[in-house]
Amino acid sequence: MPDLKPVQESFARNLRCRECGHEYPLAPSNVCEWCFGPLEVFYDYEGIKRHISRQHIESGPPTMWRYSDLLPVDAATAVDIGTGYTPLIRAPNLGRALGLSRLYIKNDCQNPTWSFKDRVVSVASSVARAFEFDTLACASTGNLANSVAAHAARAGMRACVFIPSDLEQGKVIGSAVYSPTLVAVDGSYDDVNRLCSELGDKYPWAFVNINVRPYYAEGSKTLGYEVCEQLGWRAPDHCIVPMASGSLFTKIYKGIKELAWLGLIDWHGTRMSGAQAVGCSPITEAYERNSMNIRPQKPDTIAKSLAIGNPADGYYALKTMKDSNGGATAVTDEEVVEGIRLLAETEGIFAETAGGVVISGLRKMTQEGHVGEDEVVVAFITGAGLKTQEAVAPVLQPPLHVAPTIESFEEKLQAREGSLPLAKAV
Amino acid sequence: METRRVKFTFVEELIKEPVIWKLGRDFEIVTNIRRADVTDARGWVILELDGEREEIDRGLEWVESQGVRIDPITEDIVEG
Repeated sequence: MPDLKPVQESFARNLRCRECGHEYPLAPSNVCEWCFGPLEVFYDYEGIKRHISRQHIESGPPTMWRYSDLLPVDAATAVDIGTGYTPLIRAPNLGRALGLSRLYIKNDCQNPTWSFKDRVVSVASSVARAFEFDTLACASTGNLANSVAAHAARAGMRACVFIPSDLEQGKVIGSAVYSPTLVAVDGSYDDVNRLCSELGDKYPWAFVNINVRPYYAEGSKTLGYEVCEQLGWRAPDHCIVPMASGSLFTKIYKGIKELAWLGLIDWHGTRMSGAQAVGCSPITEAYERNSMNIRPQKPDTIAKSLAIGNPADGYYALKTMKDSNGGATAVTDEEVVEGIRLLAETEGIFAETAGGVVISGLRKMTQEGHVGEDEVVVAFITGAGLKTQEAVAPVLQPPLHVAPTIESFEEKLQAREGSLPLAKAV
Repeated sequence: METRRVKFTFVEELIKEPVIWKLGRDFEIVTNIRRADVTDARGWVILELDGEREEIDRGLEWVESQGVRIDPITEDIVEG
Protein backbone atom coordinates (compact mmCIF):
# COMPACT_ATOMS: atom_id res chain seq x y z
CA MET A 1 0.00 0.00 0.00
CA PRO A 2 1.30 3.47 -0.82
CA ASP A 3 2.22 5.69 2.11
CA LEU A 4 -0.35 8.45 1.71
CA LYS A 5 0.82 10.33 4.77
CA PRO A 6 2.31 13.25 2.83
CA VAL A 7 -1.08 13.81 1.19
CA GLN A 8 -3.15 12.96 4.27
CA GLU A 9 -1.06 15.23 6.48
CA SER A 10 -1.90 18.21 4.31
CA PHE A 11 -5.20 20.04 4.79
CA ALA A 12 -6.61 18.34 1.68
CA ARG A 13 -9.65 16.28 2.70
CA ASN A 14 -11.08 14.73 -0.42
CA LEU A 15 -11.70 15.04 -4.14
CA ARG A 16 -14.99 16.57 -5.17
CA CYS A 17 -16.77 16.60 -8.53
CA ARG A 18 -17.08 20.14 -9.85
CA GLU A 19 -20.37 19.23 -11.52
CA CYS A 20 -22.37 17.00 -9.16
CA GLY A 21 -20.46 17.46 -5.89
CA HIS A 22 -19.87 13.73 -5.41
CA GLU A 23 -16.96 13.13 -3.01
CA TYR A 24 -14.05 10.70 -3.38
CA PRO A 25 -11.09 9.79 -1.18
CA LEU A 26 -7.72 11.34 -2.06
CA ALA A 27 -6.44 9.07 -4.84
CA PRO A 28 -4.91 9.34 -8.31
CA SER A 29 -8.17 10.00 -10.09
CA ASN A 30 -9.51 12.89 -12.14
CA VAL A 31 -13.02 12.03 -13.31
CA CYS A 32 -16.28 11.57 -11.41
CA GLU A 33 -17.58 8.02 -11.75
CA TRP A 34 -21.16 9.31 -11.67
CA CYS A 35 -21.27 12.14 -14.18
CA PHE A 36 -17.72 12.11 -15.60
CA GLY A 37 -17.22 15.68 -14.42
CA PRO A 38 -13.75 16.87 -13.38
CA LEU A 39 -12.57 16.33 -9.81
CA GLU A 40 -11.06 19.04 -7.65
CA VAL A 41 -9.17 18.93 -4.35
CA PHE A 42 -11.26 20.07 -1.39
CA TYR A 43 -9.62 21.27 1.85
CA ASP A 44 -10.42 21.58 5.51
CA TYR A 45 -10.68 25.36 5.31
CA GLU A 46 -11.66 25.71 8.96
CA GLY A 47 -8.48 23.88 9.94
CA ILE A 48 -6.42 26.06 7.62
CA LYS A 49 -8.03 29.19 9.06
CA ARG A 50 -6.98 28.24 12.58
CA HIS A 51 -3.44 27.50 11.47
CA ILE A 52 -2.51 30.09 8.86
CA SER A 53 -1.53 33.76 9.16
CA ARG A 54 0.36 36.32 7.12
CA GLN A 55 3.33 35.98 9.49
CA HIS A 56 3.30 32.21 9.19
CA ILE A 57 3.48 32.47 5.39
CA GLU A 58 6.11 35.21 5.47
CA SER A 59 8.37 33.06 7.64
CA GLY A 60 8.23 30.22 5.09
CA PRO A 61 10.79 29.44 2.38
CA PRO A 62 11.18 31.86 -0.58
CA THR A 63 9.43 29.38 -2.88
CA MET A 64 5.85 28.39 -3.69
CA TRP A 65 6.02 25.98 -0.74
CA ARG A 66 5.56 28.91 1.67
CA TYR A 67 1.86 28.31 0.84
CA SER A 68 2.00 24.58 1.53
CA ASP A 69 -0.97 24.80 3.92
CA LEU A 70 -3.06 25.51 0.83
CA LEU A 71 -1.58 22.71 -1.26
CA PRO A 72 -2.53 19.01 -1.26
CA VAL A 73 0.80 17.64 -0.06
CA ASP A 74 3.04 18.16 2.95
CA ALA A 75 5.92 20.55 2.19
CA ALA A 76 8.44 18.30 3.96
CA THR A 77 8.06 15.67 1.25
CA ALA A 78 7.68 18.03 -1.72
CA VAL A 79 9.74 17.62 -4.86
CA ASP A 80 11.10 21.15 -4.75
CA ILE A 81 13.66 22.49 -7.20
CA GLY A 82 13.21 26.07 -6.03
CA THR A 83 10.00 27.01 -7.79
CA GLY A 84 7.99 30.13 -7.19
CA TYR A 85 8.14 33.39 -5.32
CA THR A 86 9.16 34.93 -8.63
CA PRO A 87 9.41 38.72 -8.99
CA LEU A 88 6.38 40.96 -9.26
CA ILE A 89 7.73 44.15 -10.76
CA ARG A 90 6.17 47.53 -11.36
CA ALA A 91 6.18 48.22 -15.12
CA PRO A 92 6.13 52.03 -15.53
CA ASN A 93 7.56 52.10 -19.06
CA LEU A 94 5.17 49.55 -20.45
CA GLY A 95 2.38 51.18 -18.45
CA ARG A 96 3.11 54.52 -20.14
CA ALA A 97 3.13 52.85 -23.55
CA LEU A 98 -0.25 51.25 -22.88
CA GLY A 99 -1.85 54.08 -20.88
CA LEU A 100 -1.92 52.25 -17.53
CA SER A 101 -0.72 53.97 -14.37
CA ARG A 102 -0.48 50.95 -12.06
CA LEU A 103 0.75 48.04 -14.17
CA TYR A 104 2.73 45.13 -12.74
CA ILE A 105 4.41 42.16 -14.40
CA LYS A 106 4.45 38.80 -12.64
CA ASN A 107 7.62 37.39 -14.13
CA ASP A 108 7.25 33.62 -13.93
CA CYS A 109 10.04 33.15 -16.48
CA GLN A 110 12.29 32.96 -13.44
CA ASN A 111 11.30 29.46 -12.38
CA PRO A 112 13.83 26.59 -12.52
CA THR A 113 12.77 25.45 -16.01
CA TRP A 114 11.75 28.98 -17.01
CA SER A 115 7.99 28.66 -16.99
CA PHE A 116 5.05 28.58 -14.56
CA LYS A 117 4.68 24.85 -15.23
CA ASP A 118 7.17 24.19 -12.43
CA ARG A 119 4.42 25.17 -9.99
CA VAL A 120 1.97 22.53 -11.16
CA VAL A 121 4.60 19.86 -11.71
CA SER A 122 6.15 20.42 -8.28
CA VAL A 123 2.78 19.51 -6.75
CA ALA A 124 2.01 16.71 -9.23
CA SER A 125 5.39 15.03 -8.81
CA SER A 126 5.18 15.27 -5.00
CA VAL A 127 1.75 13.64 -5.01
CA ALA A 128 2.80 11.05 -7.60
CA ARG A 129 5.69 10.03 -5.39
CA ALA A 130 3.38 9.73 -2.39
CA PHE A 131 1.07 7.50 -4.44
CA GLU A 132 4.17 5.41 -5.29
CA PHE A 133 4.20 5.87 -9.02
CA ASP A 134 7.61 5.23 -10.54
CA THR A 135 6.98 7.07 -13.81
CA LEU A 136 6.00 10.69 -14.35
CA ALA A 137 4.51 11.33 -17.78
CA CYS A 138 2.96 14.13 -19.82
CA ALA A 139 1.92 15.27 -23.26
CA SER A 140 3.30 18.69 -23.91
CA THR A 141 4.20 21.37 -26.42
CA GLY A 142 7.33 22.14 -24.45
CA ASN A 143 7.11 23.93 -21.13
CA LEU A 144 5.39 21.10 -19.32
CA ALA A 145 7.80 18.59 -20.88
CA ASN A 146 10.79 20.56 -19.56
CA SER A 147 9.33 20.71 -16.08
CA VAL A 148 8.24 17.06 -15.88
CA ALA A 149 11.68 15.90 -17.04
CA ALA A 150 13.41 18.11 -14.45
CA HIS A 151 11.17 17.15 -11.52
CA ALA A 152 11.35 13.44 -12.34
CA ALA A 153 15.15 13.73 -12.30
CA ARG A 154 15.03 15.36 -8.88
CA ALA A 155 12.50 12.84 -7.53
CA GLY A 156 14.41 9.83 -8.86
CA MET A 157 11.45 8.86 -11.03
CA ARG A 158 11.41 7.77 -14.64
CA ALA A 159 10.07 10.45 -17.02
CA CYS A 160 8.16 9.69 -20.18
CA VAL A 161 7.48 12.83 -22.13
CA PHE A 162 5.48 13.11 -25.37
CA ILE A 163 5.95 16.11 -27.65
CA PRO A 164 4.81 16.98 -31.17
CA SER A 165 7.62 16.35 -33.69
CA ASP A 166 7.66 19.98 -34.94
CA LEU A 167 8.55 21.53 -31.58
CA GLU A 168 10.97 24.45 -31.17
CA GLN A 169 14.59 23.33 -30.65
CA GLY A 170 14.92 25.19 -27.33
CA LYS A 171 12.08 23.22 -25.83
CA VAL A 172 13.37 19.87 -27.13
CA ILE A 173 16.82 20.43 -25.62
CA GLY A 174 15.24 21.85 -22.47
CA SER A 175 13.68 18.42 -21.91
CA ALA A 176 16.37 16.14 -23.34
CA VAL A 177 19.06 17.43 -20.97
CA TYR A 178 17.35 15.73 -18.02
CA SER A 179 17.45 12.37 -19.90
CA PRO A 180 13.77 11.47 -19.93
CA THR A 181 12.28 9.03 -22.43
CA LEU A 182 11.50 11.78 -24.92
CA VAL A 183 8.99 10.79 -27.58
CA ALA A 184 8.43 13.02 -30.64
CA VAL A 185 5.09 12.04 -32.13
CA ASP A 186 4.48 12.26 -35.88
CA GLY A 187 0.95 13.28 -36.65
CA SER A 188 -1.58 16.01 -36.07
CA TYR A 189 -2.22 17.65 -32.75
CA ASP A 190 -5.32 15.47 -32.34
CA ASP A 191 -3.23 12.35 -32.96
CA VAL A 192 -0.84 13.26 -30.13
CA ASN A 193 -3.76 13.92 -27.85
CA ARG A 194 -5.47 10.65 -28.64
CA LEU A 195 -2.29 8.60 -28.28
CA CYS A 196 -1.57 10.05 -24.85
CA SER A 197 -5.14 9.56 -23.63
CA GLU A 198 -4.88 5.89 -24.61
CA LEU A 199 -1.47 5.53 -22.98
CA GLY A 200 -2.89 7.05 -19.81
CA ASP A 201 -5.47 4.24 -19.74
CA LYS A 202 -2.93 1.52 -20.51
CA TYR A 203 0.12 2.22 -18.33
CA PRO A 204 0.31 2.69 -14.57
CA TRP A 205 2.02 6.05 -14.84
CA ALA A 206 1.34 9.35 -13.17
CA PHE A 207 0.28 11.37 -16.20
CA VAL A 208 0.49 14.81 -14.63
CA ASN A 209 -2.40 16.27 -16.61
CA ILE A 210 -4.61 13.17 -16.53
CA ASN A 211 -4.81 11.02 -13.40
CA VAL A 212 -3.11 13.47 -11.03
CA ARG A 213 -4.63 16.54 -12.68
CA PRO A 214 -6.72 17.62 -9.65
CA TYR A 215 -3.50 17.96 -7.60
CA TYR A 216 -1.41 19.30 -10.48
CA ALA A 217 -3.85 22.13 -11.14
CA GLU A 218 -3.66 23.29 -7.52
CA GLY A 219 -0.06 24.41 -8.06
CA SER A 220 -1.30 27.30 -10.21
CA LYS A 221 -3.07 28.86 -7.23
CA THR A 222 0.32 29.89 -5.85
CA LEU A 223 0.57 32.54 -8.58
CA GLY A 224 -2.53 34.18 -7.12
CA TYR A 225 -1.20 33.94 -3.54
CA GLU A 226 2.18 35.39 -4.44
CA VAL A 227 0.80 38.35 -6.32
CA CYS A 228 -1.41 39.29 -3.36
CA GLU A 229 1.42 38.93 -0.86
CA GLN A 230 3.82 40.90 -3.08
CA LEU A 231 1.27 43.71 -3.47
CA GLY A 232 1.36 44.03 0.33
CA TRP A 233 -1.48 41.59 1.05
CA ARG A 234 -3.82 43.17 -1.44
CA ALA A 235 -5.60 41.60 -4.41
CA PRO A 236 -5.04 43.09 -7.88
CA ASP A 237 -7.96 44.93 -9.48
CA HIS A 238 -7.46 43.12 -12.76
CA CYS A 239 -5.46 40.05 -13.82
CA ILE A 240 -4.48 39.46 -17.46
CA VAL A 241 -3.69 35.79 -17.97
CA PRO A 242 -2.81 33.66 -21.00
CA MET A 243 -5.35 30.90 -21.64
CA ALA A 244 -4.68 27.43 -23.02
CA SER A 245 -6.74 24.80 -21.15
CA GLY A 246 -8.15 27.60 -18.97
CA SER A 247 -6.86 25.91 -15.81
CA LEU A 248 -4.28 28.56 -14.86
CA PHE A 249 -6.90 31.27 -15.36
CA THR A 250 -9.41 29.66 -13.01
CA LYS A 251 -6.81 28.69 -10.41
CA ILE A 252 -5.33 32.17 -10.05
CA TYR A 253 -8.85 33.36 -9.26
CA LYS A 254 -9.37 30.48 -6.85
CA GLY A 255 -6.11 31.41 -5.10
CA ILE A 256 -7.17 35.03 -4.63
CA LYS A 257 -10.62 33.99 -3.40
CA GLU A 258 -9.12 31.52 -0.92
CA LEU A 259 -6.94 34.23 0.63
CA ALA A 260 -10.04 36.38 1.04
CA TRP A 261 -12.05 33.51 2.59
CA LEU A 262 -9.23 32.94 5.03
CA GLY A 263 -9.19 36.62 5.96
CA LEU A 264 -5.63 37.17 4.73
CA ILE A 265 -6.72 39.86 2.27
CA ASP A 266 -9.82 41.99 1.74
CA TRP A 267 -12.01 40.92 -1.13
CA HIS A 268 -12.65 43.66 -3.61
CA GLY A 269 -13.76 41.82 -6.70
CA THR A 270 -10.65 41.12 -8.76
CA ARG A 271 -11.50 41.00 -12.46
CA MET A 272 -10.10 38.14 -14.53
CA SER A 273 -9.41 38.63 -18.24
CA GLY A 274 -7.80 36.10 -20.54
CA ALA A 275 -5.83 36.31 -23.77
CA GLN A 276 -5.42 33.80 -26.57
CA ALA A 277 -3.92 33.75 -30.06
CA VAL A 278 -6.41 34.07 -32.92
CA GLY A 279 -5.11 30.78 -34.37
CA CYS A 280 -6.32 28.94 -31.28
CA SER A 281 -8.94 30.89 -29.39
CA PRO A 282 -11.85 28.60 -28.51
CA ILE A 283 -12.44 30.28 -25.13
CA THR A 284 -12.36 33.82 -26.50
CA GLU A 285 -14.59 32.77 -29.39
CA ALA A 286 -17.22 31.42 -26.97
CA TYR A 287 -16.92 34.58 -24.83
CA GLU A 288 -17.49 36.78 -27.86
CA ARG A 289 -20.55 34.71 -28.81
CA ASN A 290 -21.76 35.18 -25.25
CA SER A 291 -21.97 31.40 -24.97
CA MET A 292 -20.78 28.88 -22.37
CA ASN A 293 -20.30 26.25 -25.08
CA ILE A 294 -16.79 25.84 -26.43
CA ARG A 295 -16.44 25.07 -30.12
CA PRO A 296 -13.24 23.01 -30.49
CA GLN A 297 -10.68 24.40 -32.94
CA LYS A 298 -7.68 23.03 -34.81
CA PRO A 299 -4.74 25.08 -33.49
CA ASP A 300 -2.66 27.08 -35.96
CA THR A 301 -0.52 29.67 -34.19
CA ILE A 302 3.07 30.41 -33.24
CA ALA A 303 1.90 30.52 -29.60
CA LYS A 304 2.29 26.75 -29.30
CA SER A 305 2.22 26.72 -25.52
CA LEU A 306 -1.38 27.99 -25.75
CA ALA A 307 -2.43 25.76 -28.64
CA ILE A 308 -5.18 23.73 -26.98
CA GLY A 309 -8.12 23.39 -29.33
CA ASN A 310 -10.53 21.66 -26.96
CA PRO A 311 -9.73 23.15 -23.55
CA ALA A 312 -10.59 20.96 -20.57
CA ASP A 313 -11.31 23.97 -18.33
CA GLY A 314 -12.73 26.25 -21.01
CA TYR A 315 -16.21 26.23 -19.50
CA TYR A 316 -14.86 27.09 -16.04
CA ALA A 317 -12.72 29.89 -17.49
CA LEU A 318 -15.85 31.38 -19.07
CA LYS A 319 -17.65 31.07 -15.77
CA THR A 320 -14.78 32.84 -13.98
CA MET A 321 -14.93 35.69 -16.51
CA LYS A 322 -18.64 36.04 -15.94
CA ASP A 323 -18.36 35.90 -12.13
CA SER A 324 -15.54 38.42 -12.04
CA ASN A 325 -16.78 40.89 -14.68
CA GLY A 326 -13.70 40.05 -16.73
CA GLY A 327 -13.34 39.30 -20.41
CA ALA A 328 -11.32 37.70 -23.17
CA THR A 329 -9.48 38.75 -26.27
CA ALA A 330 -7.45 37.21 -29.07
CA VAL A 331 -4.45 38.57 -30.96
CA THR A 332 -2.84 37.69 -34.28
CA ASP A 333 0.57 36.03 -34.58
CA GLU A 334 2.02 39.38 -35.73
CA GLU A 335 0.66 40.98 -32.58
CA VAL A 336 2.17 38.16 -30.52
CA VAL A 337 5.62 39.09 -31.85
CA GLU A 338 4.91 42.81 -31.29
CA GLY A 339 3.93 42.03 -27.71
CA ILE A 340 7.16 40.11 -27.06
CA ARG A 341 9.20 43.02 -28.43
CA LEU A 342 7.23 45.67 -26.57
CA LEU A 343 7.77 43.94 -23.23
CA ALA A 344 11.47 43.42 -23.97
CA GLU A 345 12.04 46.99 -25.16
CA THR A 346 10.17 48.67 -22.31
CA GLU A 347 10.85 46.49 -19.27
CA GLY A 348 13.81 44.28 -20.19
CA ILE A 349 11.89 41.02 -19.94
CA PHE A 350 12.15 38.48 -22.74
CA ALA A 351 8.97 36.40 -22.75
CA GLU A 352 7.94 33.47 -24.88
CA THR A 353 5.00 33.67 -27.26
CA ALA A 354 2.41 33.29 -24.49
CA GLY A 355 3.83 36.50 -22.97
CA GLY A 356 3.43 38.24 -26.32
CA VAL A 357 -0.21 37.14 -26.31
CA VAL A 358 -0.70 38.67 -22.86
CA ILE A 359 0.97 42.00 -23.64
CA SER A 360 -0.79 42.49 -26.98
CA GLY A 361 -4.03 41.26 -25.45
CA LEU A 362 -3.64 43.80 -22.64
CA ARG A 363 -2.96 46.56 -25.16
CA LYS A 364 -6.09 45.63 -27.09
CA MET A 365 -8.31 45.43 -24.00
CA THR A 366 -6.95 48.78 -22.77
CA GLN A 367 -7.64 50.44 -26.13
CA GLU A 368 -11.16 49.05 -26.06
CA GLY A 369 -11.71 50.51 -22.59
CA HIS A 370 -12.05 47.10 -20.94
CA VAL A 371 -9.04 47.72 -18.67
CA GLY A 372 -9.23 50.88 -16.58
CA GLU A 373 -6.31 53.34 -16.58
CA ASP A 374 -6.12 53.44 -12.77
CA GLU A 375 -6.70 49.77 -12.07
CA VAL A 376 -3.94 47.78 -10.35
CA VAL A 377 -3.29 45.47 -13.29
CA VAL A 378 -1.12 42.37 -13.14
CA ALA A 379 0.00 40.81 -16.43
CA PHE A 380 1.14 37.21 -15.99
CA ILE A 381 4.22 36.33 -18.02
CA THR A 382 4.42 32.58 -17.80
CA GLY A 383 7.43 31.48 -19.86
CA ALA A 384 10.85 32.71 -20.98
CA GLY A 385 11.66 33.88 -24.50
CA LEU A 386 14.82 31.85 -25.04
CA LYS A 387 12.55 28.83 -25.49
CA THR A 388 10.80 30.27 -28.55
CA GLN A 389 13.53 32.26 -30.28
CA GLU A 390 12.19 31.15 -33.65
CA ALA A 391 9.16 33.38 -33.16
CA VAL A 392 11.09 36.65 -33.00
CA ALA A 393 14.39 35.88 -34.77
CA PRO A 394 13.14 36.83 -38.27
CA VAL A 395 12.02 40.33 -37.24
CA LEU A 396 14.99 41.36 -35.11
CA GLN A 397 17.74 43.58 -36.40
CA PRO A 398 20.90 41.54 -37.08
CA PRO A 399 24.10 42.73 -35.37
CA LEU A 400 26.32 45.30 -37.09
CA HIS A 401 29.20 43.38 -38.65
CA VAL A 402 32.34 45.48 -38.44
CA ALA A 403 36.07 45.16 -38.84
CA PRO A 404 38.00 45.71 -35.58
CA THR A 405 38.60 49.42 -36.30
CA ILE A 406 36.89 52.62 -35.19
CA GLU A 407 36.48 53.66 -38.82
CA SER A 408 34.59 50.50 -39.69
CA PHE A 409 32.39 50.79 -36.59
CA GLU A 410 31.51 54.42 -37.33
CA GLU A 411 30.89 53.75 -41.00
CA LYS A 412 28.44 50.93 -40.29
CA LEU A 413 26.72 52.76 -37.44
CA GLN A 414 26.32 55.90 -39.54
CA ALA A 415 24.86 53.80 -42.35
CA ARG A 416 22.30 52.19 -40.06
CA GLU A 417 21.36 55.03 -37.73
CA GLY A 418 22.02 58.07 -39.94
CA SER A 419 24.22 59.79 -37.37
CA LEU A 420 26.95 59.12 -34.82
CA PRO A 421 26.75 59.63 -31.04
CA LEU A 422 28.55 62.65 -29.62
CA ALA A 423 32.19 61.86 -28.91
CA LYS A 424 33.91 62.91 -25.66
CA ALA A 425 35.25 66.47 -25.66
CA VAL A 426 39.05 66.40 -26.16
CA MET B 1 -16.39 -6.49 -23.82
CA GLU B 2 -15.07 -3.01 -23.34
CA THR B 3 -16.34 0.20 -21.80
CA ARG B 4 -15.34 3.49 -23.35
CA ARG B 5 -16.09 7.02 -22.20
CA VAL B 6 -16.36 9.68 -24.87
CA LYS B 7 -17.62 13.18 -25.51
CA PHE B 8 -19.63 13.95 -28.64
CA THR B 9 -19.76 17.56 -29.79
CA PHE B 10 -22.55 18.38 -32.23
CA VAL B 11 -22.69 21.33 -34.61
CA GLU B 12 -25.99 23.12 -35.17
CA GLU B 13 -27.05 21.07 -38.22
CA LEU B 14 -26.74 17.82 -36.27
CA ILE B 15 -28.56 18.82 -33.09
CA LYS B 16 -31.85 17.38 -34.29
CA GLU B 17 -30.34 14.16 -35.63
CA PRO B 18 -30.91 11.08 -33.41
CA VAL B 19 -27.24 10.08 -33.73
CA ILE B 20 -27.02 8.33 -30.36
CA TRP B 21 -30.21 6.37 -30.94
CA LYS B 22 -28.91 5.20 -34.33
CA LEU B 23 -25.57 4.25 -32.76
CA GLY B 24 -27.38 1.96 -30.34
CA ARG B 25 -29.74 0.58 -32.98
CA ASP B 26 -27.30 -0.05 -35.85
CA PHE B 27 -24.36 -1.29 -33.79
CA GLU B 28 -24.07 -3.76 -30.93
CA ILE B 29 -23.35 -0.96 -28.48
CA VAL B 30 -25.10 0.00 -25.26
CA THR B 31 -25.09 3.79 -24.90
CA ASN B 32 -25.41 5.44 -21.50
CA ILE B 33 -25.60 9.24 -21.34
CA ARG B 34 -24.01 10.66 -18.19
CA ARG B 35 -23.97 14.40 -18.77
CA ALA B 36 -25.06 16.71 -21.57
CA ASP B 37 -25.57 20.32 -22.53
CA VAL B 38 -27.59 20.85 -25.66
CA THR B 39 -28.97 24.13 -26.94
CA ASP B 40 -30.55 24.90 -30.29
CA ALA B 41 -27.19 26.05 -31.62
CA ARG B 42 -24.69 23.68 -30.11
CA GLY B 43 -24.42 20.64 -27.92
CA TRP B 44 -22.21 18.11 -26.25
CA VAL B 45 -22.99 14.78 -24.67
CA ILE B 46 -20.72 12.74 -22.42
CA LEU B 47 -21.54 9.06 -22.56
CA GLU B 48 -20.32 5.58 -21.78
CA LEU B 49 -20.31 2.93 -24.48
CA ASP B 50 -20.36 -0.81 -23.78
CA GLY B 51 -19.62 -3.37 -26.46
CA GLU B 52 -16.92 -5.36 -28.24
CA ARG B 53 -13.88 -3.24 -29.03
CA GLU B 54 -14.23 -3.65 -32.83
CA GLU B 55 -17.91 -2.80 -32.68
CA ILE B 56 -17.24 0.37 -30.66
CA ASP B 57 -14.53 1.35 -33.15
CA ARG B 58 -16.92 0.78 -36.05
CA GLY B 59 -19.70 2.69 -34.32
CA LEU B 60 -17.49 5.66 -33.49
CA GLU B 61 -16.19 5.73 -37.05
CA TRP B 62 -19.78 6.02 -38.22
CA VAL B 63 -20.54 8.78 -35.68
CA GLU B 64 -17.50 10.72 -36.86
CA SER B 65 -18.58 10.29 -40.49
CA GLN B 66 -21.84 12.05 -39.55
CA GLY B 67 -19.83 15.16 -38.63
CA VAL B 68 -19.82 14.72 -34.86
CA ARG B 69 -16.55 15.51 -33.10
CA ILE B 70 -15.44 12.76 -30.72
CA ASP B 71 -13.04 13.38 -27.87
CA PRO B 72 -11.88 11.39 -24.86
CA ILE B 73 -13.63 12.79 -21.78
CA THR B 74 -10.36 14.19 -20.51
CA GLU B 75 -10.62 16.62 -23.49
CA ASP B 76 -7.24 17.94 -24.66
CA ILE B 77 -4.43 16.71 -22.49
CA VAL B 78 -1.52 18.10 -24.47
CA GLU B 79 -0.35 21.12 -22.48
CA GLY B 80 2.02 23.98 -23.15
